[in-house]
Amino acid sequence: MGNNSRKKMYLRMITSSLIRRASRLIIAVLAIAIGATILSGLVTIYYDIPEQLGREFRSYGANLIILPSGDFGITRADIDKLKNLIGREKIVGLAPYRYQTVKINEQPYLLAGTDLHEAKQNSPFWYIEGDWQNVMIGREIAETLDLNIGDTFTVKGVKYGEQAEASKQNLSAEENKTRDFGSQNFSKKLQVKGIVTTGGAEEGFIFSDMALLNEMIADENFKADVLECSIVANAEELNELTNKISEHIPNLSPKAVRRLTQSQDIVLGKLQALVLLVTIVVLIITMISVYTTMTAMVAERRKEIALKKALGAENKFVIGELLGEGILLGFIGGAAGVFLGFEFALRVSLNVFGRGINFQWALIPITIIIFIAITVIASILPVRHVMDIHPAIVLKGE
Amino acid sequence: MPILELKNVSKIYGSLRALSDINLSVNAGDWLSIMGPSGSGKTTMINIIGCMDTPSTGSVILDGVDISKENAANLTRIRRDKIGLIFQQFHLISYLTAVENVMIAQYYHSMPDEAEAMEALEKVGLRERAHHLPAQLSGGEQQRVCIARALINSPQILLGDEPTGNLDEENEGIVVDIFRRLHDEGVTIIIVTHDPEVGDVAQRKIILEHGKVIQDIDQSATFGEALKLKSKG
Repeated sequence: MGNNSRKKMYLRMITSSLIRRASRLIIAVLAIAIGATILSGLVTIYYDIPEQLGREFRSYGANLIILPSGDFGITRADIDKLKNLIGREKIVGLAPYRYQTVKINEQPYLLAGTDLHEAKQNSPFWYIEGDWQNVMIGREIAETLDLNIGDTFTVKGVKYGEQAEASKQNLSAEENKTRDFGSQNFSKKLQVKGIVTTGGAEEGFIFSDMALLNEMIADENFKADVLECSIVANAEELNELTNKISEHIPNLSPKAVRRLTQSQDIVLGKLQALVLLVTIVVLIITMISVYTTMTAMVAERRKEIALKKALGAENKFVIGELLGEGILLGFIGGAAGVFLGFEFALRVSLNVFGRGINFQWALIPITIIIFIAITVIASILPVRHVMDIHPAIVLKGE
Repeated sequence: MPILELKNVSKIYGSLRALSDINLSVNAGDWLSIMGPSGSGKTTMINIIGCMDTPSTGSVILDGVDISKENAANLTRIRRDKIGLIFQQFHLISYLTAVENVMIAQYYHSMPDEAEAMEALEKVGLRERAHHLPAQLSGGEQQRVCIARALINSPQILLGDEPTGNLDEENEGIVVDIFRRLHDEGVTIIIVTHDPEVGDVAQRKIILEHGKVIQDIDQSATFGEALKLKSKG
């Protein structure tokens, strides 16, 4: 009963002090709230960066290449197993490629049959003149053959399972040409819908839908020579994944594109270090601000402190009251900062990465506890001055 | 039986003797006023009696205990238990209401009790103003809150440092009347004042000069009359 009335009086004193002196404490609350906003915002971003930036890095191309370990290619069943193993939510793009040598004007070129949608997911940085549609040709081919969007060209090749025969020396060119058009060969007129510019080997390829390629080579079976995957994962996770794939799908041979994953990890590491550094600086600035405010508060309230001591308050009582006010300030500022911080992180994420973030509920208690601790630590030195206040000197009459 | 005795009390600050060999005895229930010009040692004396300072030499016996050698923590405890302080500038806490300002003295002493605090405010005629902040009270009302706060823990000595110094004549009369009633209830009152009229209403008056008691006047004979003139009661 007695202790309860003391506790009630204590709470009444510190809340009255904060509520009725709000205008004087607004700066301290603002400092704490801004600090808490930046802290909770940056912590949210800190934990969201790998996910956000991981997806951004996926636009720099596939980070996992999968080849068949045997002679037979990769089947649909393999791809389904692979998708389940990786986790569909982590796959940004998974493009199968089947390569076929074809001839255009008797010159050999490589035709890549793929899933054009997935290829686009993997390689959004490709510059496409025209559309991502059947059929696209590389810039190099377009220049060599003087092809533009809408032009047609004919590709010729050998059907699946057949062997191309060498031209016979004793036949004329015309006879050889006629011979090539036998049942083991194909010829298809295609229209250019897109011209691919990548600055890489892709500029020497013809890209078509896998179904079209299969139709041309007369093979109904799905068979990929290589899978290019873009996975949201860091280098370590990717290594774990390659081991897992090798273990669970032995006919696939996965290889992580180390250059890309390592760059991703380096950039991520540096960004996270930067965020951490800014967070520490913000915490220090908040602490300095609270320290200054509390120092001013103790100086401004010398008479009140002296009076309390004159009324019989021991130093520990007065210090406890001031720290109580500090804790309440830390609580209010920290709580406000959590929600403002989420808003801040959300806006940063939307503007920089173009997608939202999830609210981290654990941040509520963590931020509040951190800012209560900061306020208490920053208050300790100013509050210790209470011990130097002598009521007889401060309260002396005029 | 004296409630307070000062025996050969001196207070020296460097080369300045603020109090010099003071001897004083105050009985329980007495009303004493301490007068003197500025720098005569009045405040130093009240600080020593109020356990906010210690003498350089001599002893101070409060309720049979020598407090002259006590450390700051013990003096705080003694002050909390035995002394009620009234200040010239009232010194109310600006963010607490009148009743909370009274309760804070209970809080540091023992247990806060709002009903008791309201009774104390009623004694000084401020029940209706109990939930007002100091800024909403007049100077006289603030001083009456200060008196209620000083009385709430039933101190053995009520110590006032120029308690009417910041009041107009009407409020001065109200405060003196409160002292009269407290004196009738047996409260020991020691008041430092510049005001001769307030000094005259006490049973006994001592006059300090250069840290020495130069006059110790028994005003018992004129006590009642002076009170009637001064108080509004």
